[in-house]
Amino acid sequence: MQASAGRPMPRVSDRGAARWIRLAWQLRVPICGALLTGVMVVAALGAPYLAPHDPLQQEITARLRPPAWMEGGSPTHLLGTDALGRDLLSRIVYGARVSLTAGVLAVVVSGIIGVGLGLLGGYFGGRADAVVNGAVSIMMAFPFMLLALTAIAVAGPSFRNIVIVLGVTTWPIYTRVVRAETLVIREREFVLAARALGGGAGRIMLRHILPNLASTLLVLGSLEVARMIILESFLSFLGLGVPPPTPSWGGMLGEGRIHMLSKWWIATFPGLAIFLATLGITFVGDGLRDLLDPRLKDSLLGREAAGQG
Amino acid sequence: MTGTHVTTAAPVSPPAASADHDLVVCQDLVKHFPVTGGFFGRELGRVRAVDGVNLSIRPGETLGLVGESGCGKSTLGRVILRLIEPTAGRVLFEGQDILRYTGRQMRALRRQMQIIFQDPYSSLNPRKTVASIVGEPLAIHKIGTRRERERQVLQLLDVVGLSREHLRRYPHEFSGGQRQRIGIARALALNPKLVVADEPVSALDLSIQAQVINLLEDLQREFHLTYLFIAHDLSVIEHIANRVAVMYLGKIVELAPTERLFSQPLHPYTEALLSAVPIVDPRTKKRRIILEGDVPSPISPPPGCSFHTRCPYAMPECRQVSPPLVEVAPGHQVACLLRYDWRQHVKGGRAA
Repeated sequence: MQASAGRPMPRVSDRGAARWIRLAWQLRVPICGALLTGVMVVAALGAPYLAPHDPLQQEITARLRPPAWMEGGSPTHLLGTDALGRDLLSRIVYGARVSLTAGVLAVVVSGIIGVGLGLLGGYFGGRADAVVNGAVSIMMAFPFMLLALTAIAVAGPSFRNIVIVLGVTTWPIYTRVVRAETLVIREREFVLAARALGGGAGRIMLRHILPNLASTLLVLGSLEVARMIILESFLSFLGLGVPPPTPSWGGMLGEGRIHMLSKWWIATFPGLAIFLATLGITFVGDGLRDLLDPRLKDSLLGREAAGQG
Repeated sequence: MTGTHVTTAAPVSPPAASADHDLVVCQDLVKHFPVTGGFFGRELGRVRAVDGVNLSIRPGETLGLVGESGCGKSTLGRVILRLIEPTAGRVLFEGQDILRYTGRQMRALRRQMQIIFQDPYSSLNPRKTVASIVGEPLAIHKIGTRRERERQVLQLLDVVGLSREHLRRYPHEFSGGQRQRIGIARALALNPKLVVADEPVSALDLSIQAQVINLLEDLQREFHLTYLFIAHDLSVIEHIANRVAVMYLGKIVELAPTERLFSQPLHPYTEALLSAVPIVDPRTKKRRIILEGDVPSPISPPPGCSFHTRCPYAMPECRQVSPPLVEVAPGHQVACLLRYDWRQHVKGGRAA
């Protein structure tokens, strides 16, 4: 951010470290989000090195241990143990793998379906659009739970099935956004120019329209990852998710439910993990939206530029 | 020339369809856009954007196409390129009926005909670099290797007056004139024969207009281009066009060599258009013809001559007879009942 010619020089306090602090303060929400998300990603990637115990190892002598700072707790199990004597911290660290990968993969699956249909409907219009719109309406009217329950009951609970079920039930949100924007972009003259050059429909959709949707999809996709993590936890909580003993946050929440009143930590910590992960990702998504929207970006960063004058 | 009296010109035979010599021939070209509404998308009417146009473009010439906004001139340009499918009629390109072409044939033909747009902001994809915008036509038609294409893009940029350092930049980093040059380079990449210039300078500053027009003229000489030059600015048309076609409500009402059209316009509408051009010399007295009323809606154009509602010389038969385009002098065609004995040119020879 440079002062343009004719503007007074920036004040001394606006130089160097002070400027960075000011910028960091303005971006505090996305920065917090990025930190939270970063911690989750590091936990997922480095689980074998970070987890103090094997998440599946049962220690019958150390069942239902409370967290280390409570009476009866021990430093070997920082967050305590569950009903089978498994270390909660280790399970939460490993659980990040399931939640984050399921969230990201489900977004990829639903994104591909939803964006593809949205582009087809928006670009071709007419009958194609009517079919796409009909499919969206049916999907939106269908209760998610019913569909997910039925699908999992038929296919059986597994990580792969969870991703597929989440993917094929949540795509309409992309279709609606992409279709609406495609309707606008396809009328712009650069699309006509590409047609005049002999470019086919596929080329125009993928090379001309899609790049103009990138920022919208980036924001939507990141917010959707958070939603997918919650839905995955929800299915796991009901026992429709990743089958035990693989640790998943939703599953742990479900296991802890029966001990909720006496051994509160078993359900609380995985719940906290879900909360912090989705909060962090949502903050990142909100920050991206503000930064990629030229008008909001001005109010976010432009205030600093104005302060220089 | 006041035109208050009927000049009966010697009827010359209607223009022969000389499809062998002309680069483009439009025959009875019609484009109606349906206007739908209501719950079931019922057709309420049709916008007659192009309503029976006969026109030919000779190789190497610049044919100017003028008319008020909304008269259908851009639609005509796009129908000729088959970017819009016409409702009826034929478009011949080098004698071939391109409306019968399959998708593949059409894509191959696109190398021969290109378009330059009015708005240099919306005609360039904001997410693409200059290199990929100008190189795209070459990539689509798979011309040369990546390296060769890059070299060709550099040459094209050089031709339109841009340089190597512009290659990796995005459209928003350029001024309107520079963006228009990028659009021109893209249109020229495939070395086309016909270029439809759809108001290419209307969106530019006056000083930049002259530069871009000079560039277009230089390019025409260098690459033997044929232009269909659409504009509403008559001074631009007078400068660049060899022949001028005047369009009103979807129809060509007059077509003549540029000098002739500007010195002796025959159609009252052309006369009114020309009288609106400002003359710099304050001593020159001139009569401005101010047209009464608005352009009628192209959804329900008036019967007979579509100009009769605003024409200062309208006769009773103008309300009933739709005037055909008739050649009244060599190369000068006009569609006005004042200018010829219409009984000879209208079927039945009587007022409907």
